[in-house]
Amino acid sequence: MSRELHTFKGGVHPPEHKTESNGHPIHAAPLPRKLVIPLRQHIGNPAKPVVEVGDHVKKGQMIAAADGAISVAVHASSSGTVTAIDLQPVPHISGLPDLCITIETDGRDEWIAHAPLDYRTMAPADLRMKLRDLGLAGLGGAVFPTGAKLNPGPTQHCPTLIINGGECEPWITCDDVLMRHHADEILQGVAVMRHLMGSTEILVGIEDNKPEAIAAMQAAADRLDFAVEVIAVPTLYPSGGAKQITEILTGKQVPSGKRSTDVGLQVFNVGTTYALARAVHHGEPLISRLVTVTGHVLRPQNFEVLIGTPMHMLITLAGDRDGTTGVLMGGPMMGMPMPNLDVPVVKATNCLLVKSRELFPPLPKALPCIRCTRCADACPAELQPQELFRFSKVGDFGRAQEYHLFDCIECGCCSYVCPSHIPLVDFYRYAKSEIWAHEKDKRASDLARERHEFRQFRQEREKKEKAEKLAAKAQAKRAELAAEPAAGAPPGSGDADARKALIAAALARAQARKTEVAPKNTDNLSPDTQHEIEEIEARRAKIRELARKPLESKENNT
Amino acid sequence: MLAAILVMVGIAVVTGLILGWSAIRFKVEGNPLAEKIDAILPQTQCGQCGFPGCRPYAEAIAKGEADINQCPPGGEEGVKKLADLLGIEPKSLDETHGATKPKSVAFIDEQTCIGCTLCIQACPVDAISGAAKQMHTIIAAECTGCELCLPPCPVDCISMVPIAEDLPHWKWKHPVIELKRIA
Repeated sequence: MSRELHTFKGGVHPPEHKTESNGHPIHAAPLPRKLVIPLRQHIGNPAKPVVEVGDHVKKGQMIAAADGAISVAVHASSSGTVTAIDLQPVPHISGLPDLCITIETDGRDEWIAHAPLDYRTMAPADLRMKLRDLGLAGLGGAVFPTGAKLNPGPTQHCPTLIINGGECEPWITCDDVLMRHHADEILQGVAVMRHLMGSTEILVGIEDNKPEAIAAMQAAADRLDFAVEVIAVPTLYPSGGAKQITEILTGKQVPSGKRSTDVGLQVFNVGTTYALARAVHHGEPLISRLVTVTGHVLRPQNFEVLIGTPMHMLITLAGDRDGTTGVLMGGPMMGMPMPNLDVPVVKATNCLLVKSRELFPPLPKALPCIRCTRCADACPAELQPQELFRFSKVGDFGRAQEYHLFDCIECGCCSYVCPSHIPLVDFYRYAKSEIWAHEKDKRASDLARERHEFRQFRQEREKKEKAEKLAAKAQAKRAELAAEPAAGAPPGSGDADARKALIAAALARAQARKTEVAPKNTDNLSPDTQHEIEEIEARRAKIRELARKPLESKENNT
Repeated sequence: MLAAILVMVGIAVVTGLILGWSAIRFKVEGNPLAEKIDAILPQTQCGQCGFPGCRPYAEAIAKGEADINQCPPGGEEGVKKLADLLGIEPKSLDETHGATKPKSVAFIDEQTCIGCTLCIQACPVDAISGAAKQMHTIIAAECTGCELCLPPCPVDCISMVPIAEDLPHWKWKHPVIELKRIA
């Protein structure tokens, strides 16, 4: 622990409230009768269902496959029957439903066949694919597909690996408890990461308010055959943020718009590392996680919860009390209020914080911003929150972006210190989502423009092709006629001659057609037939003569 | 005296050559203002502005032949952006060109469709797939909601379905904060 630590700018010291829940052993939450498993639990494309309603599934069976590189699969958390694949409420602040697979559990909790992965002999790309198919996503909060993150990039080398056990947010203790009880397995996961990333330096950063976790991790690290440095970092919110813990441990800042691999390091949460160890050493997909249930409950503690378990079940398990004013998924600084408690626990659910009027008194009404810049002093991302607020409020999103709105990690330090009690982060979230929506609209309109222009181009082309085809046909005809010697006109005597020749040819054709339709039985007759015809003709002439005569006689008579 | 004249003529010739060359070398293709206007227009290609598409309308605005408030899909926001670009006062939308509607996509009732291809010919962005006497369907991701396919349909099997808000399209609302009354 002789490492020189750095500090990040800003940060706050909110009351920790860790002791309520971190002293108890981990209890497995009982198997619910119904599991509702959302298909969009991670960043990237939602998973695509691979089962049908009525199918019987086993525990750990893939029920939805990853769709693309930035996506992960989703698995059945227990055995049972798929009863629905439809829109169900999900843990999202909007309360909007999303596509979920509902499994009626059979109580047998029967595993599908699974085996450990021999990660040392597997090609790194295959191993990453396998991790994607085992549903691994970051459990620290962002739920980014772990397989995609375990790619050191074109350099094939990421010297530093940071294991984030900061858990700086008040109330939450799931990482703390995990480190106390599963330190060895966490470090087994680190061994796999080290293998994939080619890292030589492994730093485990833990806030110094978790001495038991630090001791457990240190003991486990001493048993390893490679060097792992367990470092206690001063307790200061948000030191558990990826960029903040990076700066504390290495002094490096990840430049705006760059990835941490660009500065030669990668950060993983301890929960992710544990899940990775379960996946590689046992072949188990990510179907459960630790969830802290704390706040206004009788027995605050951590549960091992199957993904898809309804939240109200956990709160009942921890002992619900009267006077609940709402439930946050996450901690008090960054947590999201849940629209209702029928929603399932997902991969991102690290904590259920039950609120009451005593623990979370309603915020005083906001006052106008007085530009005191206390928020700027507290901002760990070194932004100017008061300016971002000003631009976001009036919808000047361009200026907000110039002030690096997208470097905001939404940690809530600015709102926490604001003497006017302005919910600043809400404004940044609003501005970010407006900018994203605008970009989406822009892409849609660019696509429409492109398609419209292509359609016009195609119509023009078709018209031209038609005209060309006709012209080519006429040309061919002319050439054919010019080749015929019957036309008579000397070659190369100009347009007028060509037209004359055309007319002549047309006349000749007409003549030919006329002769074609004339009766052909009067040619080449024998003399007898000729004689017969002449006789007939003579008779006809006589009859005509006779026919005319009476008329003439009549005329004479009158 | 002569030297001075020669120098002046020389400078005139040299600058003339440079200007002439740069006029050819840096010639701007098309109307850059029309491009900028076109980038603001929503590309619905609905023709409600009275021009056959967004590009001709943009060109008409650039030439000063059309007003900036003739685009209902762009809405008041679009008018404001055009006003900002052109440095003129924003106006309210001209209602003779139609009202702004919520974003929708066309939907073909496939039971009723007779496969006449008339809608395919009307679609400005080729967002309908189908063939003669084959059922047609809308490629929803590419439909701009221009409604141009509605009038030609002989069996009225196309309807406009407003885009419902779902999780990937959900947006944070502008925070409404209760302010303390201080006076």
